[in-house]
Amino acid sequence: MAGHLDIRDLHVRFGKATILQGVSLSVQDKPLSVVGRNGMGKTTMCLALMGMVPATGSARLDGQEVLGLGTGRVARQGIALVPQGRRMFPSLSVHEHLLLVAQRGSPPWTIERVYDTFPRLAERRKNGGNQLSGGEQQMLAISRALLMNPRLVIMDEPSEGLAPVIVDHLIDVLRTIAAEGMGLLLIEQNLRVATSVADQVSVMVTGKIAATVGAAELASDRDMQNRYLGVSHGH
Amino acid sequence: MSLQFILTVTLNGLTLASLYFIVACGFSLIFGLMRTVNMAHGSLYMVGAYVGFAVFDPLYASSVWASQAWLIGILAGIAAAALVGVIMQVAFLGWMQGQELRQALVTIGLSIIIADQLLARFGGNPFQFFAPDMLFGPVQVPLIGRYPVFRLFQVGLAIAVGVGLWLLLNKTKLGIVVRAGVDDRQMLAACGINVPLVAATVFALGAGLAGLGGVIGATAQPMALGVDARFLLMSLVVVIVGGMGSIGGTALGALLIGLAEQWGQVLFPTYSVILTFVIMAAVLAVWPQGLLGRKPT
Repeated sequence: MAGHLDIRDLHVRFGKATILQGVSLSVQDKPLSVVGRNGMGKTTMCLALMGMVPATGSARLDGQEVLGLGTGRVARQGIALVPQGRRMFPSLSVHEHLLLVAQRGSPPWTIERVYDTFPRLAERRKNGGNQLSGGEQQMLAISRALLMNPRLVIMDEPSEGLAPVIVDHLIDVLRTIAAEGMGLLLIEQNLRVATSVADQVSVMVTGKIAATVGAAELASDRDMQNRYLGVSHGH
Repeated sequence: MSLQFILTVTLNGLTLASLYFIVACGFSLIFGLMRTVNMAHGSLYMVGAYVGFAVFDPLYASSVWASQAWLIGILAGIAAAALVGVIMQVAFLGWMQGQELRQALVTIGLSIIIADQLLARFGGNPFQFFAPDMLFGPVQVPLIGRYPVFRLFQVGLAIAVGVGLWLLLNKTKLGIVVRAGVDDRQMLAACGINVPLVAATVFALGAGLAGLGGVIGATAQPMALGVDARFLLMSLVVVIVGGMGSIGGTALGALLIGLAEQWGQVLFPTYSVILTFVIMAAVLAVWPQGLLGRKPT
């Protein structure tokens, strides 16, 4: 199996503020979810791993250090990001987003498979990146990452702003990705998604991993949810 | 004022606009992807003209290559400007990405150095290319009369450059990459694209267009030191009026400025210099992004 990520003692500072203070995490054969309240540093961790904000510490992909490589090289080493806010390219059509990252029909992910998996994108292939609904944009952001056929994909709140029926589809897709052997680091606020995709869930509190617990345990324990997430989940 | 006169002045404006378009396109392309305000763009124009002429002159004097001399001069001018552009991007501008003020100051410094080096190598005497026979001399134009055929060629070339750039940006993989980079450079890198390589390619393309403009401009009119400042200023005005980073905007800006310069000289010669700046101020007052510019996201 490939796509193992070992993060050791990851620090990110902006001026005097320390956003991440020594994050250590490990993604092995199975997906890992990271949950936590807003402002705890989840998104910063994603950006730091991609080399999009400066960081210290270590992050190894299948044993090879990727921290400090620069964003383009991290991506070519085999890490793809589905960023928060999707970050579409407004000047590109749906199809051009896919052409941008597609490597000549190499499996497992090809443009044809993307259109099979997300038929809605095939219907809107000529539309611009900003003419899509939130759900369509999210599908496109995920497709853009998958078409790179990375060893590991980092998803930063892919369920944000999606209708429940689309969230179900998303969970199916994420399970398929993981079952095919692609590493998956899933950042989520939505506990249902976090716990149905991964068996292990890490909780981030003020820039550190406070605990790593079993998904089933977290899903059923309201006290733990309140303690770490401070919110009650109705759905 | 006769109809013939009106048409002639307008056609003069059009041909001037064509040259401005070719040069300013390169400026706009570089700014669009890299947000670099390349204050040495006029110098690249001059590099194209001088190096192109250094290649052209001995060939033109020889008996064998004389008929191809101009074309080879153009290619040499484009190549020299592109090479200098790539060196600028890789050696200086690449690692100060995002620091606009520093980049502007560095490129101003480079423009001074380049101008001095050209003066030292080639001297200060004005020179002019001779267009091949096919493009030399006057031609009969309806309603206008005799008109230099090279000037008409300039208009055709500008259209070809515009169409070529449009095809490149909209129909090729490089175009997809460049447009994505204009939107979000960081996300483009996260897609695994080698952004520094793309930046160097675009810089070569933009600088090469300045070099092409240099040879064309020095064929239409004698070339001398000092044109770097004029073409830099003109490129700035054209893309500010038209809208940064848009080919259509650059075409529109070039048309406005080219026509305004020619008509200004006819109608109020004393004050024609300020007309372009009046247009710029008026456009900015109503459309701060330029006529066809995009709002920053």
